[in-house]
Amino acid sequence: MKEVVVISGKGGTGKTSLVAAFAALAERKILVDCDVDAADLHLVLNPRIDRREDFSGGKKAAILEDLCTGCGKCQEVCRFSAVSSVAGPDGQNRFTVDPISCEGCGLCARLCPAEAIRFEPVVSGQWFISSTIYGPMVHARLGIAQANSGKLVSLLRREARGIAEKDGFNLLIADGSPGIGCPVIASITGADLVVAVTEPSCSGLHDVQRVVDLTSHFRIPLMLCINKWDIHPEMADRIERETGQRGVRMAGRIRYDPAVTRAQIMKTTVVEYTGGAISVDIRAVWRNVVYALG
Amino acid sequence: MKIAIASGKGGTGKTTIAVNLALTIASLGQPVTLLDCDVEEPNCHLFLKPEITGSRPVTIPQPNVLEERCNGCGVCADVCEYHALIVMGKQVLVFRELCHGCGACFLLCPEKAIVEEGHPIGAVEEGVSHGIHFIQGRLNIGEVMSPAVIRQVRVQGETTGVCIIDSPPGTSCPVVESVRGTNFVLLVTEPTPFGLHDLTLAVEMVRALARPFAVALNRCDAGDEGVRSYCEHERIEILLSIPDDRRIAESYARGDIDLSKLPEYREVFDRCYRRIAVLVNDGQDRADQEKRGRAA
Repeated sequence: MKEVVVISGKGGTGKTSLVAAFAALAERKILVDCDVDAADLHLVLNPRIDRREDFSGGKKAAILEDLCTGCGKCQEVCRFSAVSSVAGPDGQNRFTVDPISCEGCGLCARLCPAEAIRFEPVVSGQWFISSTIYGPMVHARLGIAQANSGKLVSLLRREARGIAEKDGFNLLIADGSPGIGCPVIASITGADLVVAVTEPSCSGLHDVQRVVDLTSHFRIPLMLCINKWDIHPEMADRIERETGQRGVRMAGRIRYDPAVTRAQIMKTTVVEYTGGAISVDIRAVWRNVVYALG
Repeated sequence: MKIAIASGKGGTGKTTIAVNLALTIASLGQPVTLLDCDVEEPNCHLFLKPEITGSRPVTIPQPNVLEERCNGCGVCADVCEYHALIVMGKQVLVFRELCHGCGACFLLCPEKAIVEEGHPIGAVEEGVSHGIHFIQGRLNIGEVMSPAVIRQVRVQGETTGVCIIDSPPGTSCPVVESVRGTNFVLLVTEPTPFGLHDLTLAVEMVRALARPFAVALNRCDAGDEGVRSYCEHERIEILLSIPDDRRIAESYARGDIDLSKLPEYREVFDRCYRRIAVLVNDGQDRADQEKRGRAA
C-alpha cells in the first residue's frame, strides 16, 4: 500500500481541491483528511458517517474548590501559566486551572499537598469512518481550541492504513494542514510521497522552501505542484528553478480557473465539474504522482 | 489595544490585512507594533522587508539525565504524560520531540539525577520598517512546539500602543496562543463553502475565548452568498470587504502589498481601523459599566 500526502506550507493554495480531484481520478484508494483543525474535504466528498468515535488527546487538571487550601503550589510549578488565583467562597485565596492553557502535564496534581486536583482524560474531538462515492474516508473534528492535533492525525492514518490492508486498497491519499509544525509532521512521517501545492507568489516561494527543509529533514520524497501558475509565470519559473536545484521533482503546473471555486460551490470535484483545460492540467499532475509512486 | 487577525482557513488574506492595518496606523503617526505569530510560515517580513536588529533563541527546558546519579528507578518515565522518556535497564532515553518542558521528570526524580537544559526550538526576531515596530517568531524545522515560540513573541511584543497580531490559520493551540488576551479579533474569510465552514469554526473559537470580533471578507465578489447570510443570521459585523482585484493579487505575488498605493484601499483600511477602535472602546465602556453595576 502506498501513501501520498498533500501539504502546502502556506494555506489556501488549493490542497483540498486537488485532493478531491485526486479522489475522483484514483482507483482503489482510501481518503484521509489530516487537516483536523479546519477540515474541508468532507464539504466536497459528502461522506456518510458509518462509525463515530470520541478522541481524547490527553488529560487536564481541574481544582476541586472545597479541597483547595490556597497554598499556591500548583501555580508555582505550572510552566504554562494555566493556574490563576480566584477568591474562594470564604473570601480566601483559591486557585483555578484554565483548561485552554493546561497542557496536561499533571505536575500540579502530583504535587498538590491537599490532593485537591483532579487529573482526568478529556474528550477533545471526534473521528469518523465514512463512505463516499469515491471510496472510504477517515476524518475528524478536533474540538475548538484543543491541542494534540498531531496525535489525532496519527490516529487517523493508523485507522486508514488498517482499513486499506483489510479491504485490499493499494493507495491512501491524505489532505494535510498548512504550516510545518505538529499536525503536518504527524501527517507526513512514514509517507511514501509528499505533494506540496504552492502558488506563484513570494509567500508561496518562501513557504515551500520551508516545506522542502521539512521533507529533507525527515527524508520523505517530495514533488511540487504550482497552482494558479499563470497568475505570475516568472515567479512560477523561479519556484520551479529554486526547488529543482534542491532536487525537488515537479508534479506539474495548474492554471488559474474560477471553475475551482464554482466546483466547490456545487460540492463536486473540479475534474467532474469541467472537462476544460484545468482538468487536463490536474490529470497530468495525477499521472506524474502515480508514476512517482511506482 | 491588541488586534488579532485570524482565520480558520489558510490563504484568505490575514497577512495582507495585518500589514496594511499596521501601515495605516503608522501613517496616522501612532506607535504600532506588528507581531507575526504565524511562526511555522511567517510571511509579514516578505512585504515589510524590515531590517532585523535583534534575534534571540526560544528554548524549552528539556531533561538531561546524569548517568552517575541515575539508578534506573523509572519515576521520570512514569510521571511523563507525553511519553517522552523511556527507561531501559539503567538507561533513560529522551524523545525530545515529545517533551513539552513541563519539568515533571526534573522535579520528581528521587535521585536528583535530572538537570534541565534549554533546547532551541525557534527564534524571535525584531526590527523596524515603515515606522512599524516589527517582531516575528520562527519555528525551527522539525520542531512541533509552535505555541512556545508564539508565547515568546507575545511577551516580547507587550506594548502600551496599538499591536497588530498576524495569527496562524486554524482553530487549535497555536491560534489560541496568538488570540488570547487581545481586545479584538478580525476573522478573515472568503465567500466560498470552505471559507464559510472554517469561519464557523473560528467564530466558535473566539466565542470560547470571549473575545470581541468581526469578519473581514476578502475577494468578496467571487463566490457565493453563504458567508454573508451566516454573518447576518449570527449578527456578526462584516467590517471590511475587499474585492477580488487582480491588482492586489499581482502586487501580492511580487511581495508588495502596501495597498496605500491604490488610493481607494487606503481609505478602506483607515475606516476599518477607526471602526475597530470604536468597537473596542464601546466594549470597554460596557465592561466598566457592568463592573460599576456589580459593585453597586
